Amino acid sequence: MNKIAATVDNFGRAILENIEEMGRILLLFLSVLMWMVRPPLKLRLIFKQMEFVGVKSIFVVVLTGTFTGMVMALQGYYGFKMFNAESLVGSTVALGMTRELGPVLTALMVTARAGSAMAAELGTMRVTEQIDALYVMAANPVKHLIVPRVIAGVLMLPLLTVVSDFMGILGGYFVGVPVLGINSGAFISNITKLVDLGDIYHGLTKAAFFGLILSLVGCHKGFIATGGAEGVGRATTEAVVLASVSILISDYFLTAIMF
Amino acid sequence: MIKLVGIHKSFGRQKVLDGLSLDIEDGKTTVIIGGSGGGKSVLLKHIIGLLKPDSGQVLIDGVDIASLNDRDLNEIRKKFGMLFQEAALFDSMNVMENVAFPLREHTGKKEKEIREIVKEKLKAVGLTGVEDKMPSELSGGMRKRVGLARAIAMQPQIVLFDEPTTGLDPVMTEAINELIVETQRNFDLTCVVISHDVQSIFTVGHKIAMLYKGKIVEYGTPEEIKSSSDPVLRQFLSGSLEGPISVI
Repeated sequence: MNKIAATVDNFGRAILENIEEMGRILLLFLSVLMWMVRPPLKLRLIFKQMEFVGVKSIFVVVLTGTFTGMVMALQGYYGFKMFNAESLVGSTVALGMTRELGPVLTALMVTARAGSAMAAELGTMRVTEQIDALYVMAANPVKHLIVPRVIAGVLMLPLLTVVSDFMGILGGYFVGVPVLGINSGAFISNITKLVDLGDIYHGLTKAAFFGLILSLVGCHKGFIATGGAEGVGRATTEAVVLASVSILISDYFLTAIMF
Repeated sequence: MIKLVGIHKSFGRQKVLDGLSLDIEDGKTTVIIGGSGGGKSVLLKHIIGLLKPDSGQVLIDGVDIASLNDRDLNEIRKKFGMLFQEAALFDSMNVMENVAFPLREHTGKKEKEIREIVKEKLKAVGLTGVEDKMPSELSGGMRKRVGLARAIAMQPQIVLFDEPTTGLDPVMTEAINELIVETQRNFDLTCVVISHDVQSIFTVGHKIAMLYKGKIVEYGTPEEIKSSSDPVLRQFLSGSLEGPISVI
């Protein structure tokens, strides 16, 4: 009997902790919004983060986007061949990339690259008292550290997604047309016929939302880190796991709402 | 004037400060001593509003800072400088940017003027030609000096020192102590130093307060402290295992 009670107790506690954490992240979001509109905006810090989150992620995004497009073309080809509909491969790749895989894969890659770095950097600043030092010098850490990262996340993710979408379609074309022998004209005309701007916009909206999630979660986990090097390591792992899971779950709901 | 009145603070079930009261004199150096993990840092963080007391008042020039909102608290904080235990320099910035940080943040001064102030403050702590170095390239003693230069950049009235000599060799310890004494005298500062380094206490302190079990158990001039008969203080100063302070 006691064991059952203990299990229920632990389960309830875990749920409560998760809800509390969600609340904290929401409060952090509100305070980010508040500090975002309070001048002066730290443009130099924002550009620095945009470079880190955006520019320096281009390579991995190009790589994952291209290969995803290539493998989709390959997989799609075997399916469509059964119905003699190989010319639909192009539009399948394009729709899949713009609506779904472009934003999600980009967000996951940037989470691994930049979300983890945010948690590690802020966590180190927390345990070495640099965040306290900001408070002591009457400088708000949310404004100095978190606002630039969140702005960079929200702005750069859609831009990276554009790159990913484009490279995916290019990769699909490369596999579909020269390698598998699909007619180039049919490949392209089906894309332009079946993909409309709405597909792309929705994908980019999702990307911006994912950018918000990964930067908020990364900053939150780092900001509350305690317990030296081990604590920073834990914060980084938790940030990547929580951000990735949140991105995939919110992806379903965003898709359900928008499409 | 810093006045602590009946401060209580607990973390979970652990009571760290238990009705602590202390007046800190203007223009003097007050050293707060006590065992490791005895709440000295917690006390210091209350003085600058990084922690809020569960009950009690922290009065800075008569204003209770526990009840202030962010904006007013920041105004009060501009009176303060603080040297952290590991200096807490921003490791993404070089020495110049670190010391210039509060100036850029709170004054509309021109870049040239800021550079001059930074050089002057670095000189005041005995450093020249390190402006372009990153904190990771500096020794522990140099980092503390830069931390002190940053703490006094805004010409504060009060400077707080969190264990300024912990982790330094004996010569560097003496140098930092000397620096604290000089800085205090030259800028006419109110200094609060927390320390458990018995030698440093008598070098820098005008007044010494002993923190034990969440209260100030003894307060006085170095001479009074040296001749005190308080058993806790006697044990602490002699480093003896025998006495009211239990180690394990």
